[in-house]
Formats: sequence, C-alpha cells, structure tokens
Amino acid sequence: MKQNKKVILFTICLLVIVFANSAFALQGDGVDTGATAWMLTSTALVLLMIPGLAMFYGGLVRTKNVLGTMMHSFAAMGIMSVLWIICGYSMCFGPNVLGGWIGWNMQYLFLAGIDNSIMEAGIPEYVFSMFQGKFAIITPALIAGAFAERVRFKTYCIFIALWGLLVYNPLCHWVWASDGFLFNMGAKGAIDFAGGTVVHISAGVSGLVAAIYLGARRGYPSTAMPPSNLVITMIGAGLLWVGWFGFNAGSSISSGLSTAQALTATQVAAAAGALMWMIIEGIHQGKATALGFASGILAGLVAVTPAAGVVQPAGAMALGAIASFVCYQAIVVKNKLGYDDSLDAFGVHGVGGIVGAIMLSFFIRKSWMEDAVAISGGSWGVWHQLGVQAVAVSLAIAYDAIVTFILVFVLDKVVGFRSTAKEEMAGMDSSYHGEHGYGMLNPS
Amino acid sequence: MKLITAIIQEDQLDQVREALIEAEITRITVSRVSGHGRQVDEDIYRGKKVIPNLVPKIRLDIAVNDAFVDITVNTIIKSAKSPGGGKVGDGKIFITPLEECIRIRTEERGGQAI
Repeated sequence: MKQNKKVILFTICLLVIVFANSAFALQGDGVDTGATAWMLTSTALVLLMIPGLAMFYGGLVRTKNVLGTMMHSFAAMGIMSVLWIICGYSMCFGPNVLGGWIGWNMQYLFLAGIDNSIMEAGIPEYVFSMFQGKFAIITPALIAGAFAERVRFKTYCIFIALWGLLVYNPLCHWVWASDGFLFNMGAKGAIDFAGGTVVHISAGVSGLVAAIYLGARRGYPSTAMPPSNLVITMIGAGLLWVGWFGFNAGSSISSGLSTAQALTATQVAAAAGALMWMIIEGIHQGKATALGFASGILAGLVAVTPAAGVVQPAGAMALGAIASFVCYQAIVVKNKLGYDDSLDAFGVHGVGGIVGAIMLSFFIRKSWMEDAVAISGGSWGVWHQLGVQAVAVSLAIAYDAIVTFILVFVLDKVVGFRSTAKEEMAGMDSSYHGEHGYGMLNPS
Repeated sequence: MKLITAIIQEDQLDQVREALIEAEITRITVSRVSGHGRQVDEDIYRGKKVIPNLVPKIRLDIAVNDAFVDITVNTIIKSAKSPGGGKVGDGKIFITPLEECIRIRTEERGGQAI
C-alpha cells in the first residue's frame, strides 16, 4: 500500500515537471511570464485607483455635485484612454523629436507597430503601454479635485484632453523615456520612480493654477460645504491604497527584488502618513477625524511615489510622516490665504509630491548611491542628487503652471470654463448630467 | 405670532438663507420635501427624458413675532424668485397664526421664546 502511494506521488511529480517544462518551452518568444503576470495585475490595480478616486472625491463634495465630480474621474478613463492609444504612447515613449520636447514614433500610432513586440524586460509591449496609459488617466482626474463643484463639464473634457497632450505627455517623456533629458540628468537621472513629478506635482500645481484663476466656489469660505458622504470617501481611500501597490510596485516593470522593495516602502509610508496625520490632528483639534486619516494615507502614498525604488523602509516611514506634517500645514495655510482648492489637490498631491521628490535624496539606499558614484566616475553624494531633484521639480512646476494657465485662460475666454451662478447653485448633477446622485433623499 | 412656511426651489436655498441672515432672521428650520405643482422637472435616464412624479423642493419654517412678518416675507420673495422676473416653480409662502411657542430649556412662553 505504502509502495503504491509512493509510486503515485512520483508519477504526479513527474507529470508536473513535464507540464511545467512544456509550459516554459511554449514561451520561447522571450516572454517572462512571472513579470508579465505581475504587470497585468498592476495595470488592473492602477485602473482600480480611478473609481477609487471618483469615490474619494465624490464623497467630499455636496450632495448636488456628487455625480458631476465622479464623472470627472470616469470621463478621464474614456478620454485619456482613447488619446493614449491614438498618440499618447508615441508622444511619451517615442524617440526625441522637437529638441526633446516630446517623443514620436509613427509605429506607435494607434499602437499599430507593437502588435508582436516583447520588451527587454520580458513583457509584451502592450502591457507596458496599457500600464503607463493608466497614469495618463489618473493625473488629469486628480486635477479635478482643485476646481470641483464649479466647472462646466464640456469644458473640463476639452481641458483634460489638451492638458494630457501638452502637459502630461511632454513631462512623461522627459522623466521616463530612455532619452528624456530629466531621465538622464546627473549620475543616474532625476529620481521619479512612479510619478511624484509626472503625476502628483503636475496635477497639484495645475490644479492650483486653475483653482486660483477660476475663483472660489459661490459662498466660499463663509458658507460651510459639508461632504455628501464620508463613507464612500473612506472606501475610495481604501481602494487608492490597494491600487497604489500596482502604481508603485508595478513601476519596477518586473517581478522581483525591486518590486518587493517598492511594495514595502509603499505600505510603510502610507501607514506612517496616516498615523502622523492622526497624531497632529489629535493635538491640534482634539479629535482624530476619518477624513484626516484618509488624507494622511494619501499624503504618505504621494510622498513615497517618487521614492519607492530607492528608499529602505525606515526612509519610507520618515517620508510618509514628514509629508503628512507638511501637507497638514499647507492646508492650514490655504485656509488662511483663502484660495479655494476645493478638495486639496495641491495641498495633498502637489505639496506631498514636492516633499517626496526633494526629501528622498536623504534616504537613498547605499547600493544606489554606490552605483551613482561609479557611473559619475568619482564623487556623487546626497547634495548632488538633491540638486538634480530640485532642478527637475522646479522645471516641472514652471512648465505645468505656465501651460496650464494658458490652457485655462484660453478655454475660459473661448468656451467658458466656470459654471454660471445658476448652474452652480443647482449643482453639477442636474445642470450638466440631468440626474441626481442621491435620489433617495426626497420622496419621488 | 405667525408661522411662516415657505416652499422654494432647491437651488435657491443658499441665496434665501444668506438673505435671511442678512435681515437678521436667523432662527429657521429647513427640510427637504417633494410635491406637485405646476412646475415640471426633467431628468435623463438612458437617453430618455423622464419627468419625476414628484418635484423636490425645500421647505422653510420660520416662527416670528408679528413685527417681523413683513421683513421675513419680503426677504424670502426677493431671494427666492428666479432671475429675470421669476418662473413657474419658484414656490409659495404660507402664513398661519401661531398659538403658542415654548422654549424647552427655560420654559419661557409666547413672543419672547421665539
């Protein structure tokens, strides 16, 4: 009997080995199935962040604006995805044209030329392109938080399309394309692992410029504007945290050690950020709010985004905590200055991104620095890298601010960006979408 | 004492409330209500225009001493009327005599409790 069992076990093992071998053999085309599987998962996780953001933002606005605000995120999924396929990927990841302002590769038009392409990292280029495309969706959706509750839907749609083409794509090319000038600045380039500069600083700064130009919501700040539903805000924050593993750990474009490093840094920074915010608020206000905890999660995640590939857990913890502290102060200052960044797109994403991109210089792991020293052929230290980071961040801020200002100014003059007083009082749901988000509030 | 009940457009609430505060009428009760009137509301459901059975409105209840009736009513009329001379659906104001008013905390009664 015992003998029989052994024989069966042995046969099963043999079968498994045979099948496993044949499975590997099928991948003679250079596909690393492990890396590809993780990148597919990451792509889905980053997409999950967009409905997460819709819920996060939707819960924070007043009842009459909940659908309009969620539609800002959902519309980005439609518009930016289509643009990405048509020309976005080409503008971001094609070889330099126009003096390096953008990239361009005719083969990438409609992704026609990558049908059979497998990248060096062992993943099909389709996967890489779709993964990157998700970043192009979430960035303009983040901006919407700054001018929530007061813009016309039609103009918003035109704005994000143009913003994607003129701001996001060039910036993405500079920072992430292998021939982008920020990618090659200094010894090992300006560090922006998963989009601190490309995504968060650019969205935050553009949001700030648009919010100031368009002016405050009617009644701000004397009228209270209570969140419609903090419960969906909390669910949204949770989805963002989960999705961020794809955002950061996926940005290693592999499935291995660097993935694990990024994933750990992400978890630690989010937790430290949330805790820090809770402590500050506890001291400052005497109570720990749910929205505060959620904001701390975001501040931590945003700050670790550029840094996830180069910091160890202790550094990530520090970054998360510092970002929470600085973002909290930034929001206090905003309330004093009186400009209306409705959902703190700049206060959390802009400020958190800047803190992360600059402060990461102090927490870079040793092996990275040693590489940098070797490449620079002599001396490369914290202060060198800090200089590179500061230049990259300043350039991004200046470029974002100028182009966004021009876009908002022109659109406001030509089509009208700001809602009319009547539309704003009626709410975006009814004015632009002909619907009501919370139908159950009234007997109907 | 009078009880002033006003039924107004949802989107005029902020404006009415701000005007009332300006006129120093600060003790008000606001509720969401639905009803029939001559106004029709329009929603869109999967490409089809939908007329809801009941139109959402805002109801204000304000108890005032007789001397304040006119200013309250005039303030509401001025701030609740749609721009451009008003339109169907701007609402109605009802004034009813109020028999008694009691402040629970102090048990005061009558005009001073308002």
